[in-house]
Amino acid sequence: MSAKSEKVWDVVVVGGGNAALCAAIEAAEAGRSVIILEGAPKTYRGGNSRHTRNFRCMHRGPLSVLTDSYEEDEYFDDLIRVTKGNTDEELARLAIRTSEKCLPWMESHGVRFQPSLSGTLSLGRTNAFFLGGGKALVNAYYNTAADLGVEVVYEAQVTHVEIADGRFNAVEVEIAGGARQRIEGRAVVLASGGFQGDIDWLARAWGPAARNFLIRGTPYNRGVVLKDMLDQGADSVGDPTQCHAVAIDGRAPKFDGGIVTRLDCVPFSVVVNKNGERFYDEGEDVWPKRYAIWGRLVAAQPDQVAYSIIDSKSANLFMPSVFPAVEADTLEGLAEKMGLPAEKLRQTVDAFNAACREGTFHPTELDGLATEGVEPQKTNWARPISDPPFYGYSLRPGVTFTYLGLKVDETARVTMGGRKLENVWAAGEIMAGSILGEGYLAGFGMTIGTVFGRIAGQEAAKGAVRGENAHAA
Amino acid sequence: MPLDQTRTGLSTTEEARRQIEICNACRYCEGYCSVFPAITLQRSFSDGDITQLANLCHNCRGCYYACQYTDPHEFQINLPKALAEARSESWERFAWPGAFSGLFQRSGVALAAALVVCFGLLFWAGQALRPESGEGFYAFLTHSVMVAIFMPAFLLPLFAISLGLRAYWREVGGMPVRLTHLTRAFSEAARLKDLSGGAAGGCNFEKEDRYTNVRRWHHQAVMYGFLLCFASTASATMLHYAFDMPAPYGLFSLPKLLGIPGGLLLALGGLGMAVLKTRGEKDLGAPALWGGEMAFVLLLFFTGASGLALYAASGSALVGVLLPVHLGAVLAFFLTAPYTKMVHGFFRLAALIRNAQMQE
Repeated sequence: MSAKSEKVWDVVVVGGGNAALCAAIEAAEAGRSVIILEGAPKTYRGGNSRHTRNFRCMHRGPLSVLTDSYEEDEYFDDLIRVTKGNTDEELARLAIRTSEKCLPWMESHGVRFQPSLSGTLSLGRTNAFFLGGGKALVNAYYNTAADLGVEVVYEAQVTHVEIADGRFNAVEVEIAGGARQRIEGRAVVLASGGFQGDIDWLARAWGPAARNFLIRGTPYNRGVVLKDMLDQGADSVGDPTQCHAVAIDGRAPKFDGGIVTRLDCVPFSVVVNKNGERFYDEGEDVWPKRYAIWGRLVAAQPDQVAYSIIDSKSANLFMPSVFPAVEADTLEGLAEKMGLPAEKLRQTVDAFNAACREGTFHPTELDGLATEGVEPQKTNWARPISDPPFYGYSLRPGVTFTYLGLKVDETARVTMGGRKLENVWAAGEIMAGSILGEGYLAGFGMTIGTVFGRIAGQEAAKGAVRGENAHAA
Repeated sequence: MPLDQTRTGLSTTEEARRQIEICNACRYCEGYCSVFPAITLQRSFSDGDITQLANLCHNCRGCYYACQYTDPHEFQINLPKALAEARSESWERFAWPGAFSGLFQRSGVALAAALVVCFGLLFWAGQALRPESGEGFYAFLTHSVMVAIFMPAFLLPLFAISLGLRAYWREVGGMPVRLTHLTRAFSEAARLKDLSGGAAGGCNFEKEDRYTNVRRWHHQAVMYGFLLCFASTASATMLHYAFDMPAPYGLFSLPKLLGIPGGLLLALGGLGMAVLKTRGEKDLGAPALWGGEMAFVLLLFFTGASGLALYAASGSALVGVLLPVHLGAVLAFFLTAPYTKMVHGFFRLAALIRNAQMQE
């Protein structure tokens, strides 16, 4: 390791996910010497990018695997809908517009997309799916970076970014739990993610309820660098309670459960809390659009848990779940197995069933098959829960990533006290809150990471040359 | 109430099923090969389904390197290994007679011993049954003696393999085969589609997470090399019986025009497969079978190479040594075929036909 700390690197990249890799590749292609400091061990490299699956991409006509067109305004409207306007329009449009050029760039740097898919959200027009998923993308970028001579250090936890007089000089880093060392650089790109892996921080922001949240992504995003920068006075964006949180299988691992913990049964179910009471319209909208709100809904229930209950009619209408459903021949039996009050559950389901009316059921579209005279109403896919066997899944909030982050400008430059830092750039989740104030749009995290990762890498490469000249002068 | 997802105490089939159910909830690997689209057709998997999926897998390892759930993740996914083990277990289950099941698959030493025994047999035959006169090979072993040895050595293994295939077809719930199923299956085998990685343009066998087509090319060299050698022998048989044209044959005869490129492909491909085998991560296949598989590809190489050497030695005294060596290799290859990696070709084709039926 000593050689790494004796050298002055042109560009130090903190983090090892999609945004970090895009930045490192751009800087290396500009001829700079680049070191990546990835906090995770090699098998867990890539941060949340290893769990992602697709890239939302603007295109004015068919582009690679994308069909038809998806233009800037439609993309922006989709973003406004989920963020309820809580976005920086200039940065958002920059991300959207640049995404079109990113897709061919990704392909030319080893990323492979897959043509068509079954059983997934209908996103073939707006989102390009990675062949093999996010880890395959991460592998491709690490290989490209290696071919470009980028040095990668794993288990490298950056503990401090040294900034003096508006200028970055070095990072302090602990490698594989060893002694702290300094690595000097002429420019730095901070791409070390959010803080959802730090449960204490989540609990400070959300209250004690956060201790019951499951972390869907990497456990290595503990916000150490983010906190260090905020403590030094870096300008921030985002609300610490805002995050991408969905309702996932309550039996999922505490960390790193990823995609398989998703549960798509909610629209065909009644969802009750631990007291056996319904609390929200399960049929509000098609599932991909409403999926993201259920994390918050469940987080607001006692003990941050809910139970989705279906009957045999619906058992095969959604994607297979990773854990088998709890199954029983009677509702009371199911209640007992799931630890729910049986009598109350029976009353809730009876009231719901009595409110169901005749109509045509269409599992794949808003069918308007709504209840009458029950609160809350179920506005679509409302069929009585009546045909045994009955199936139940527990639900818990699953956090993918947090939105509190560093404020950046259109060149991905970080500011401190309203002043631009001379040679500090940020990309990926650490600055995504600048654009995603709340809500989530499938594949948009990868868009932000790719667009701003590339910008940060290009700018840092230029900045490193200026730094070199300044030193020489 | 997390479910127990540890691997303790699961049988090979149960472990493969556990992993496949996780894959079915993920589906990120859909584009790599035929296994994943086949998984998505179902929500639960019978033992027969596992056998079918296991034989559909070509151990390209694309899914392993793309997987977010490999060790040390608690889901402990290693699908190439789980399917390789389920696959070899299925071959052992279908082997007839059962006493030989796994013998040559699991042991390179057993295969080498079989080879030595066959050499011995051929040398003995060459010495004891040496004809009074004869041309070319027939100066060392008469045509009728060769037929007496190789006819049963060819037909008995074929019979054994056909019994295995029948058992396979029953276990996977196969239906009557139609031409469209065959067309699709043979087309996929001819291109070795399942080692192409789909849009990845290669597999991850020997270079970890980088994609290459090297294994695919070597595999096809072996397959087409073997088929050419087989066609060469078949054409020679035709010439002998139908046209009364016994060996030896000149360079521009059908047996030689098929056999020489066939031998070259078989030898080069077999050697290439052996080298790749030393580079691939052992634990992404069935580690217990590594030795048997290695012996098998080396036997393929040796069969091709000794055939070429024999042809090169035509007319010299070396033929007396090289002929029994080559014929010994061929004999060992055929006799052990129902119990070596050779069955992979047959069961894989059956799996492709069954998959064509299921995809309809």
